[in-house]
Amino acid sequence: MLSFVAQRIVKGVFVLLAIIVMNFFLIRLAPGDPAAVMAGEAGASDAQFVQQLREKFSLDKPLPEQLFIYVKGVVTLDLGFSFRQQMPVAKLIAERLPATLLLTLTAFGISLLLGITFGTLAARFAGTWADTAITVSALLFYATPIFWVALMSILLFSVYLGWLPSFGYETIGGNYTGWAHVKDVALHLVMPAMTIGLFFMATYTRMTRASMLEVKRLDFVKTARAKGLRDNIIQRRHVLRNALLPVVTLAGVHSGTLVGGAVLTETVFAWPGIGRLLYEALLQRDYNLLLGVFVVCSAMVLIFNLVTDLVYRLVDPRIEFAS
Amino acid sequence: MLKKLVLALALSSVSTLAMAQEPKLGGTINAVIQPEPPGLMLALVQNGPTQMVSGNIYEGLLRYSKTLEPQPGLAESWTISPDAKTYTFKLKQGVTWHDGKPFTAADVLFSIETLKVTHARARNNLVQLDKVEAPDDYTVVFTLKQPFGPFIGIFEVGSMPIIPKHIYEGTDVKTNPANNAPIGTGPFMFKEWKKGSFIQLVKNPNYHVKGKPYIDGIYWQIIPDAAARSVAYETGKVDVLPGGSIENFDVPRVSKLPNTCVTGDGWEFFSPMAWMWLNNRNPVLANKKVRQAIMYAVDREFAKDVIWNGLGKVATGPSSSAIKFYTDNVPKYPYDPAKAKALLKEAGYKGEKIRLMPLPYGETWSRWGEAVKQNLVDVGMNIETIATDVPGSNQKNSEWDYDISFTYLYQYGDPALGVGRNYVTSAIQKGQLFNNLEGYSNPEVDKLFEEGAVATPDSKRKEIYDKVQKILVEDVPVAWQLELQFPTITNCKIKNLITTGIGVNDGFRDAWIDK
Repeated sequence: MLSFVAQRIVKGVFVLLAIIVMNFFLIRLAPGDPAAVMAGEAGASDAQFVQQLREKFSLDKPLPEQLFIYVKGVVTLDLGFSFRQQMPVAKLIAERLPATLLLTLTAFGISLLLGITFGTLAARFAGTWADTAITVSALLFYATPIFWVALMSILLFSVYLGWLPSFGYETIGGNYTGWAHVKDVALHLVMPAMTIGLFFMATYTRMTRASMLEVKRLDFVKTARAKGLRDNIIQRRHVLRNALLPVVTLAGVHSGTLVGGAVLTETVFAWPGIGRLLYEALLQRDYNLLLGVFVVCSAMVLIFNLVTDLVYRLVDPRIEFAS
Repeated sequence: MLKKLVLALALSSVSTLAMAQEPKLGGTINAVIQPEPPGLMLALVQNGPTQMVSGNIYEGLLRYSKTLEPQPGLAESWTISPDAKTYTFKLKQGVTWHDGKPFTAADVLFSIETLKVTHARARNNLVQLDKVEAPDDYTVVFTLKQPFGPFIGIFEVGSMPIIPKHIYEGTDVKTNPANNAPIGTGPFMFKEWKKGSFIQLVKNPNYHVKGKPYIDGIYWQIIPDAAARSVAYETGKVDVLPGGSIENFDVPRVSKLPNTCVTGDGWEFFSPMAWMWLNNRNPVLANKKVRQAIMYAVDREFAKDVIWNGLGKVATGPSSSAIKFYTDNVPKYPYDPAKAKALLKEAGYKGEKIRLMPLPYGETWSRWGEAVKQNLVDVGMNIETIATDVPGSNQKNSEWDYDISFTYLYQYGDPALGVGRNYVTSAIQKGQLFNNLEGYSNPEVDKLFEEGAVATPDSKRKEIYDKVQKILVEDVPVAWQLELQFPTITNCKIKNLITTGIGVNDGFRDAWIDK
């Protein structure tokens, strides 16, 4: 197993390098550079001003040299300096990462827990009204755009009912500590986490249901039934365990992208996370920050994929690590 | 709805009555800031959000009333020599920086030298400066190479912020750690900046204007989505929506919320003017008749009433009516599609494709682009809309890669500062923004703008600018649209928020909360 992990890490480093080189050129294909954006924002731009900005950001150097400087930095764990935010990229990402992880892991936890539960129930009572209700709801959550769910929940829970705060990570100026702080953050977390969570929950519900129905038809389930095992045990130990593999695969894919994938939700709810940082960096052509977020997200995808492979083994001991 | 909004704006003048009330001490104002500023050191970063926050931290030598008359700031008095070449400022004594060190003329001299390097607009404003001296700790004397009419108008905090010499001298101003916790002389001090969430300023207890500021502090809240900003106001989480914080179509609804006050004041100094750059290099648009046809074809009253909810004014020419030397004694271009069609025919327009680039600043601007496209198509023009984002738009404009492109620019109170730059030949500089992007060149206009900047007295300047405005409006180098008005929306408990022509960009030193 150790050699498997080591091999995956080595491969991952090369994948990461390829991602950096590709993204480095890709983001420079978009029109406009940070100097143009900042000159625009300043409402002034003489030749000296733009030249100063380009020199400051090393944008006056040839592209291969810029790439070399960047890669050299990444190798020494230096993700560079954000042009617009005037801060080291690593510091910016580190500041925003906890908020994103809190949001996405909560959403992820909720969606997996509820998705698998509802999927199992739907499969267990396939063809009944309960199955129809779960399937239709899942389809609805799956098909509704995230930003619409976000705006509607703000209208309902913040404007009309006044139950939940509409934006932010905590009450600004609240200065809460201890449990009061935890409660405050939790209240702010409910809507954004549910907004992301409902979409993924719908996905896992549908996947779990379909997968369970398929496994249910297999011979070993019939054998178990013929042995006289109780239905609950068959469902839990035999059907669910085998049906979970595709869910784990999908969750593995999602978990990596969740880090950078909450752009819309973070923007609508003013959640100070990585997704918003990425979106703003894109609009401002903050090359170093964009690349930095890409590097971190890519690394996360690689790590989560590795973890997914390890979880496979736990779910299904028949799987062996190929070296 | 429109009437109600206009009524609300009219009623807002009632808020001036609040000045008669006795200000109350205490409380915190929650205001929206968008987008998040890139930094707060005003000598280095000059974008709108930076000035909105840092206008509380730093100060300029002067402030300007809503009629753009200079008022004391860090300078308590000033004199101008009869030859209009020497400006002597007497600085206020007893002013201290937020770290307790005294403010003196040496800080002003140091700031001027720094701004010449770091602040593009200040550098341009100081082009006629010969020397600046400090005969004593509280006197600063500016000597000009020749009289420069708008000189007395360049000292507000955003145009010429005064920074502390003792912090920056001998250091690299751009990387000085103090930039992350800026130190000024202003009514509020920097406390905390939680990136992506808020910027907190607290009251400067040693502020040099006795009794001010009245409030304990300000939270500038960073909310990236316009709809979420509306909700934040609606749910009472923020008290102030500075102009442009929410989508224009949402302004009438939010303005009607209980206990809400709306004002269009506070933009007089900036006088934002919207127009469409017409690329004079394009063979079709090079023809004056086509440019005039565009002026007749576009229904600007509709844009004002429907897209901008009745706010603002239809522009009559290159100068905003709020700035000096404005005249409406110029040729007029009322909405007249028939005349536009006739002019296009005369010009020999044969349906060549013209690219129209709306400003990527949100829904209001997209809708405006659609309305103008419809107007131009109605008179027989072949228009293709180009969609892009802000960096893309900046790039295309500065590289002259457009045919018609929307913009809006500030005019800074005087045609020599904010108007001439868009029409003189010397300002045709590829790769840069906010200059003569349309490529219009007229030696007579060049000469008049050159003379207007240095002529004395003001009556002579007025004569020159009257003439140049007439020529420009006849030539239509760009298609002027509207003098924009960005309403500031506040909870009515906030009093005296806007007291100068610089508005919320001038700090909250006079504001108080009626509890």
